Amino acid sequence: MSDLTRLSAAETAATVASGAASAVEVTEAHLDRIGTVDATVGAFLYVDAEGALAAARAVDAQRAAGAELAPLAGVPLAMKDVVVTEGLPTTAGSKILEGWRPPYDATITTRIKDAGIVILGKTNMDEFAMGSSTENSAYQLTRNPWDLTRIPGGSSGGSSAAVAAFEAPLSIGTDTGGSIRQPAAVTGIVGFKPTYGAVSRRGLIAFSSSLDQAGPFARTVLDAALLFEAIAGHDPGDSTSIPQPVAPAVAAAREGARGELTGLRVGIVGELGGTGYQPGVLARFDEAVQTLRGLGATVVEVSCPHFEYALAAYYLIAPSEASSNLARFDSVRYGLRVGDDGKHSLEEVMSLTREAGFGPEVKRRIMIGTYALSSGYYDAYYGQAQKVRTLISRDFAAAFGQADVLISPTSPIVAFELGEKIDDPMAMYANDLCTLPASLAGSPAISVPCGLSDGLPVGLQIMAPTLADERCFRVGAAFEAAYGTIINSIPELTL
Amino acid sequence: MPDATESPARISRDEVAHLAHLARLAVTDEELDLFAGQLDVILGSVARVSEVAAADIPPTSHAVPLTNVFRADAVRPSLDRATVLAGAPSVEDDKFRVPRILAEEA
Repeated sequence: MSDLTRLSAAETAATVASGAASAVEVTEAHLDRIGTVDATVGAFLYVDAEGALAAARAVDAQRAAGAELAPLAGVPLAMKDVVVTEGLPTTAGSKILEGWRPPYDATITTRIKDAGIVILGKTNMDEFAMGSSTENSAYQLTRNPWDLTRIPGGSSGGSSAAVAAFEAPLSIGTDTGGSIRQPAAVTGIVGFKPTYGAVSRRGLIAFSSSLDQAGPFARTVLDAALLFEAIAGHDPGDSTSIPQPVAPAVAAAREGARGELTGLRVGIVGELGGTGYQPGVLARFDEAVQTLRGLGATVVEVSCPHFEYALAAYYLIAPSEASSNLARFDSVRYGLRVGDDGKHSLEEVMSLTREAGFGPEVKRRIMIGTYALSSGYYDAYYGQAQKVRTLISRDFAAAFGQADVLISPTSPIVAFELGEKIDDPMAMYANDLCTLPASLAGSPAISVPCGLSDGLPVGLQIMAPTLADERCFRVGAAFEAAYGTIINSIPELTL
Repeated sequence: MPDATESPARISRDEVAHLAHLARLAVTDEELDLFAGQLDVILGSVARVSEVAAADIPPTSHAVPLTNVFRADAVRPSLDRATVLAGAPSVEDDKFRVPRILAEEA
């Protein structure tokens, strides 16, 4: 059998279903790969070899009994550590949750288990999903498998690195302002942020509740579609979950793979390009536009004048919601407690615990949010940001009158050096320029690889209207069919 | 209402200390110096939202409007008490134990 870790998720599932390899063999191959490379890559915070092998054995037993297997049965997956997993350590990258083992599974954890997908372990991330480089993790650095001196993106950097390093064919990330799409772009893989409400948030440790959305990472568009369909769908346990059928992502990916986009209108967002974008990124983007034209698409320019305020609106709304959400870390019901020595009051213990348990970026955002929500500033900051959010949604609505999908680079820059921006919050935030508008509008967007700049991956972002998630997969798969993937040109890791 | 454009946010060390207190963060003196500078830059930048003329624009709190979502009024099993308490930093008599709430006389 050839190297089982190099297969796509769809190929892996077919391999298991045909009996060419067992789910246990597939899982062992990935655990071996993790054992070999992860000390260098640093993608995983926790590897659950025992649980993964038990899940794999259950799939093999199902097959032996003649049961029909689910589409991704026996395929290994890496789970971002912000998603709760019963009995498995879940930290959200924070010291304040060190050692905590959740008493229940997130809805998406349950769906993944029920689909026979094998959870290998939990992946590193920026603390509470705040960051674009995974350097805000309280535990470890994760390195970009393309260049170990560079960041894997963030906040879902462990999940992107795991897939790019062939430690797993699939992973789960969460995207609040770009935390799936940007890591996918800078590691040369596919990452999809669904329509807000398409995937249940129950059991996601909340950062910014009106923006947080879980989604798939994979090395092919079809694989991302398969995982999206496995996790999506209405959940009565999440009051913001949309009670509608799941968008037909897999069918759209298969249709797109035929490489035919005649009649499709593609809009280039004028505001997402130009100054501040690396020349190599813009060059790959221009080539991607030509590729889409070659597939028969009509390309038009659209203008979204309020997108330039997305960064400011986002960095008011997200910290405001975070300051409220993170109030739950009060040292009472779970997690760290510091200063409980009989000399400190409850309030002092809370303050000492939060001081010791949160890292600098989390503290900054809590204080920004506290400021923006305080009486006297609320209207000028938070209220105004919510109005800008409305205007950004209206920009999208107007643009989608002229185009079926909108495109841009996923990130203005390729993966930067570890340590390069960690002391400059605004420089770090600027990584999110292209991804923030779809986050604020709640609309779906995918990042697919569109080439290399100086040996580092560049991503193409494809945005679709709310609830038209399948368009991202159709266009993404068509682009992939024409352009190919880049992940197989990744250099061998230097261990 | 403060106009964030005309008077860019100037966050003093004392204001950061006040925010930290409101947020229950026992920040150190070194952090106060660091955060005062950083929050000033961040707030000065995000204050750009005030450049947008939006007086008659309704705010968006959630991108996908859903209203009145209720679950069925049915009895469901809840988490086992011991399971929940197992994650707590301190437990006494099957309850979360907390430090004293009322300050003692100095």
